[in-house]
Amino acid sequence: MTSVNIRHHLPEAVVAAYAAGTLPEAFSLVVASHASMCDQCRATIQSYEAVGGAVLEQVDHATLSPDALAATMARISLGDGATAPMPAPERKTIFPKPLMSYVGGGPDRVKWRRVGGGVKQAILPCDGEATARLIYIPAGAAMPDHSHRGMELTMVLQGAFSDDGDRFQRGDVEMGDDSLWHIPVADPGEDCICLAATSAPLRFKGWVPRLLQPFFRI
Amino acid sequence: MRILKSTKPQTDEWTQCLIRVKNDRDAQQFAMLFGHFAPRVKAFLMKSGASEALADDALQDAMVQVWNKAHLFDPTKASAATWIYTIVRNKQIDAIRKQRRPEPEDLPWATTSPVDPADIVEMSQQEQKLRSAIKSLPTDQRTMIEKAYLGELSHSEIADVTGLPLGTIKSRIRLGLERLRREMRLGKS
Repeated sequence: MTSVNIRHHLPEAVVAAYAAGTLPEAFSLVVASHASMCDQCRATIQSYEAVGGAVLEQVDHATLSPDALAATMARISLGDGATAPMPAPERKTIFPKPLMSYVGGGPDRVKWRRVGGGVKQAILPCDGEATARLIYIPAGAAMPDHSHRGMELTMVLQGAFSDDGDRFQRGDVEMGDDSLWHIPVADPGEDCICLAATSAPLRFKGWVPRLLQPFFRI
Repeated sequence: MRILKSTKPQTDEWTQCLIRVKNDRDAQQFAMLFGHFAPRVKAFLMKSGASEALADDALQDAMVQVWNKAHLFDPTKASAATWIYTIVRNKQIDAIRKQRRPEPEDLPWATTSPVDPADIVEMSQQEQKLRSAIKSLPTDQRTMIEKAYLGELSHSEIADVTGLPLGTIKSRIRLGLERLRREMRLGKS
């Protein structure tokens, strides 16, 4: 599932935080979904993982308990964790695999809730630091007035939307923050489905401003 | 006494070790790998906030996974240290932070065409260059990178992490992915 038409990629700082394992789960879901379709960002993730490898090589040594190796070998010979279940063959949907595992399938499994103006959304279960949701915007419609209280990372899964002169289509990601006032409008012709991660306002003092400083020059 | 070193580029010894674990299921090679990485993995987990007991447990989980998942290790894509890092990072998120870790869709790495050994050496060389580059950074910059990966960034200098010389590694991984996609398309037709 790759697309050569992707023009809007993940910000490098977001990729670095994902590779370092410090990105909130909701944002990681958007990163994993985008990288499932985008080899350029997949390669960037893997290169930041190589930095993680370098950190692991250079970190101090802790003293192991005397039986650490023996205990590990014992677990291996017992076959601990060796029988990973074969993933069931999944039919193709417009959802990348990491997203399907949160929804429990494709778009037909989404439990939409109406939020007005024909727009629907569904919150996905993620750990509390940030929220992940699917948004459904009818063709030609505008996103209802929504203010960014924190950072938002939006990925297009179906259709396309335009925002402040830029057009975002399947696979593209848009990064927004509360300094950005905007009204995304779905292209006419096809309903638009997006995956969006939003940082919870209370956590705004946490990782987000630090992470994005070099990009937004806050 | 001087030891003459071969100037021929080589794959780093731990990557070779993991390749033997992968191909031969060699317990002795695994013990060597354990001896090198386990104390680092434990230190890494404790610096990321795990208690010693939790780190001991998570370290064993991670090393059992290294054995069980060795068949998935692709040395043209990553060194042993990098591959083990990803296992430990995911273990840290799962066992210590109690969160799920969404990962990109798996690619079928087991392709029909044999691996070119030159690609393994080249990837290993690039990672060794990256490691020397990081080692030669000023101490505070190096500390910042370590902090970023241990989840304790306390300043705004994440730019130090994003400014690393990753161009060559990135383009090598890109090439590998392009080749894989080509084979997948050929396989389908």
